[in-house]
Amino acid sequence: MSVLTVRVWRGAEQGAYQAFEVPRRASQTVLDVVTHIQRALDPTLAYRFACRVGMCGSCAMTVNGVARWTCRTHVDSVAGDGRLEIAPLANLPVIRDLVTDMREFFDKWARAKGRFSGSRTRGDDFERLAPQSAARREVDAAIECIGCGVCYSSCDVVAWNANYLGPAALNRAWTLLRDERDRARAERLRAVAGDAGCHACHTHMSCSERCPKRISPTAGIAGLKREVARAALRGEL
Amino acid sequence: MSLRGEALLWVAQRASAALLALCVAVHLATMIYAVHSGLGAAEILSRTRGNAAWLGFYSVFLLAVVVHVPIGLRAVLSEWLGWRGGTRDAALGAFALALAWLGLRAILGVFG
Amino acid sequence: MRSGVRARNHPAFWAFLVHRLSGIALALYLPAHFWVLGLALHDAARLDAFLRWTDQPLVKFGEWGLVLLLAAHLAGGLRLLALEFLPWRDWQKSLAAAAAGAALVVSLAFALAL
Repeated sequence: MSVLTVRVWRGAEQGAYQAFEVPRRASQTVLDVVTHIQRALDPTLAYRFACRVGMCGSCAMTVNGVARWTCRTHVDSVAGDGRLEIAPLANLPVIRDLVTDMREFFDKWARAKGRFSGSRTRGDDFERLAPQSAARREVDAAIECIGCGVCYSSCDVVAWNANYLGPAALNRAWTLLRDERDRARAERLRAVAGDAGCHACHTHMSCSERCPKRISPTAGIAGLKREVARAALRGEL
Repeated sequence: MSLRGEALLWVAQRASAALLALCVAVHLATMIYAVHSGLGAAEILSRTRGNAAWLGFYSVFLLAVVVHVPIGLRAVLSEWLGWRGGTRDAALGAFALALAWLGLRAILGVFG
Repeated sequence: MRSGVRARNHPAFWAFLVHRLSGIALALYLPAHFWVLGLALHDAARLDAFLRWTDQPLVKFGEWGLVLLLAAHLAGGLRLLALEFLPWRDWQKSLAAAAAGAALVVSLAFALAL
């Protein structure tokens, strides 16, 4: 039976990698590896997971330097030489070991006005939306985000600019801006403009490259840039 | 800077970029032609001196450069050197003026 | 914790890096370029001496390098304008490769013209 050499981050911002030897199994995922370490080798290891089947995004970690969902990452695809390096998601404070503090990620989501704001009440009839309209198709391409943090963790501008709202928050703002039912357009444009907003994106496209749902935040952010520019030129900002 | 100001800087950057795309294409083509024709400095200057058309073209080119370069450096300074705020923008404004001054001298020297 | 080098190993990131580094290099070069040309105003002798200095092979190589930087920055910039203003299509990712190719072609033209 072959063995994996796994280095796992222990500690918080200050800490070190600790090496473990984990038995290699067929169809093993990185989450399986982390789980094995915590259950069989070191119960003090802290990590997050929930669904184990690629739906919740809780198990996102940095695997061999790249942000991934560990439950959907087969060991065979990342540990060709039998070596794994597992660390917490980048660009977020570390609570302990592989667990990050996601508050800033969701705070920025709120700051980007990532919340639907309609005008109808439960007493009104449903609003009718054409699923094939251009705007709705743009929204549909970006709406499956589950807030896993992989894009945020992969973004260099997030690392270089502490206030930058980040790809997930901006992507959500885009879906709401293009939502025909939304009534908070002016407020949203102001929320995503400025040094912390869409214009800070330099189209590295690491977010689009890494998103496990194959969303392209870069596309939405490009749209935001155009909308904000238009509003600025019209004096609406 | 205000939200509107930041957005207008972005617009100015993209607009000047589009203009520069044309100017740089012309400039590169001209340089390649000049080198290919084996034109020496004296020959080039004899063609450019007093040429109002080229003077006009390079003035527009210079204007686009003076807008584009400082705005481009602005992001680099804040992201890679951590330099933000009024002092950074003031320094870039001074750099823009210096670039404009040197550029005008160059244009007058070559096309005047 | 910070993202690693491996996370950046994809074409769009290299396109960004080339675009930014070439921009910085050109920004540093331009004042010198303008100053030298400005010598034509008052100091023709110095300009002549400088232009003779540029005949050296190492300087010629430097000129070629500058053309490459300019072409690369232009190509990268056109790619950005396309990504930001044209309707989004997934094949736009390969614009990075197209831009790199175009830059090389232009600089080759310059080199061959020598």
